[in-house]
Amino acid sequence: MTHLAELLEQFEENATKLGATVHWARDAAEHNEIVYGLLRDHDVKKLVKSKSMLTEECHLNPFLEKHGIEVTDTDLGEWLVQLREEAPSHIVMPAIHIRKEEVGELFHTVLGTEKGASDPKYLAEAARNALRQKFMAADAGLTGVNFAIAETGGFVVCTNEGNADLGVSLPKLHIACMGIEKMIPKPEHLGVMLRLLARSATGQPITTYSSHFHGPRPGAELHIVLVDNGRSNLLASKEFHRSLNCIRCGACMNTCPVYRRSGGHSYGTTVPGPIGSILAPARDAEEHSTLPYACSLCGSCTDVCPVKIDLHHQLLTWRREIALQGYVSLDKTVPMKLAAALFRRPWLFRLAGRVARAVVPWLPRFMLYNPLNPWGRQRELPEFPRESFQQAYARRQKSSERGS
Amino acid sequence: MSSRDTILKAIRNSQREATPLPTLEQNWLRFDDPVAHFTTVLQSVGGKCIRVSSTTEIDEQLNLFPQFESASVRTSAVEGVGKPTVNIDSINDPHELENIDFAVLEGQIAVAENGAVWVTDKTLKHRVLYFIAQHLALVVRTSSVVNNMHEAYRQLSFESPRFGAFVSGPSKTADIEQSLVIGAHGPRSHIVFLVDDES
Ligand code: SF4
Repeated sequence: MTHLAELLEQFEENATKLGATVHWARDAAEHNEIVYGLLRDHDVKKLVKSKSMLTEECHLNPFLEKHGIEVTDTDLGEWLVQLREEAPSHIVMPAIHIRKEEVGELFHTVLGTEKGASDPKYLAEAARNALRQKFMAADAGLTGVNFAIAETGGFVVCTNEGNADLGVSLPKLHIACMGIEKMIPKPEHLGVMLRLLARSATGQPITTYSSHFHGPRPGAELHIVLVDNGRSNLLASKEFHRSLNCIRCGACMNTCPVYRRSGGHSYGTTVPGPIGSILAPARDAEEHSTLPYACSLCGSCTDVCPVKIDLHHQLLTWRREIALQGYVSLDKTVPMKLAAALFRRPWLFRLAGRVARAVVPWLPRFMLYNPLNPWGRQRELPEFPRESFQQAYARRQKSSERGS
Repeated sequence: MSSRDTILKAIRNSQREATPLPTLEQNWLRFDDPVAHFTTVLQSVGGKCIRVSSTTEIDEQLNLFPQFESASVRTSAVEGVGKPTVNIDSINDPHELENIDFAVLEGQIAVAENGAVWVTDKTLKHRVLYFIAQHLALVVRTSSVVNNMHEAYRQLSFESPRFGAFVSGPSKTADIEQSLVIGAHGPRSHIVFLVDDES
């Protein structure tokens, strides 16, 4: 990362030498315009895409559809999500939130498969046949990029389904979209990276297809779009620049207790989970100000991350940052201040405890369970003990002294 | 300023102290019997490895596979193997390869670490064959088996425009409720023949 500018220049030079065209996009809008421009110039009506979280981040699909281009996501999971008009809920398994019965229903409506079918093999077969026709009919293929190699000007795309290769080996136009952080210096580094990615993502020793593209196919064109979209800002940040090392393996979300309970959609961002909660506020701290607070700081993500991003520390740092920028809402700051005042004065704390124990059990319900207490919406307060821990401890000490 | 220069400038402005490149000279994973390890790993990812002494034995082995027996459209890039019905070089539009049932193609390097085989379009006119055939068999020299990815990359060069891929087993998906299904978009079966004969 500390040589990123040189690596990008070197990549551009070498890729161009191999016959590819390199484009640069500052943000999502520019990226979408470049892709659309290419498709328009080549008179493309039907585009097949393979997994690309970047185009998801840029909201490319709706943009192209508005211009009358048919876009098909060919990764089975992404296609399911697309057919349901949803967003992916996981970066490696986009459709992890859909049950097989729901897939059966969906295919019954869209593909005319048997009603009530839920056998994954049968359903995957139906999808295979439907998507084959899409591959055959496509005028262009678009892929993401897992790693780009500065020294050779090539890039690597990893899939298990073989969809990226089918998508770009048939039509005459291949567009590859990548964030600028995907650079690695030399091809030999792939030996390590491919191993890390597959192991941490799915536990395989290597992804089934790791395809290395160097220049266009004879008689075809290859365009590479390098996208910044907030990444250079992130690089400038002292605290968060390491999050750019992310290889999007998904291990941190698989292990995250909060992600596992709430699922990917609740984050409202393209990349969910721990890493998503760091990347999203970097783009818009106000809109995503609550994400870093959802974390329990258990640190499990930091343990599993194959590229050693200190995820939970960065989440904690974001909390401070968001507080400094003033995006923490009053219902959090006011009680926090009160609590701080209370905890700083032991006598007050003891007094408050005594009063609460005496008074709260006698309070009418409307005073305890009202809009000021969202916690109580689905929960009941536990029964109050008669004495505090301190009192109980003192009593125990005394009685044991007497006993000895 | 162009977007290119804006981006590069932004990156340069934020450049911190350079980290040196880590060295890859390490004692990477090695196996007592790389061929045996390759065979086991390939099996674990849904493929099959068969060792033969010369290419003339391959057809005999292929006949034992129902997917080969019943294949009506076959193609091959290996001399005298695979009973081809279609000649790859006579086809110009790759779309015409849609109906290939069985393809026998060459592989350059086999990696014991992960069961992957390196394939390229150096001598193959349509690279889509690796992905579009319903069933795939790859023919690799036994002497090209390496221990790990680092040994493999040491042999590869990327100077001319070319496509290459590590392929490890048949295509697969686990996108429907995480149940593994073999045969997603690409081949439904994957056999690797290791040939001892060097000629
Ligand atoms: S932050 Fe680490 S664990 Fe999470 S997706 Fe990125 S590389 Fe994987």
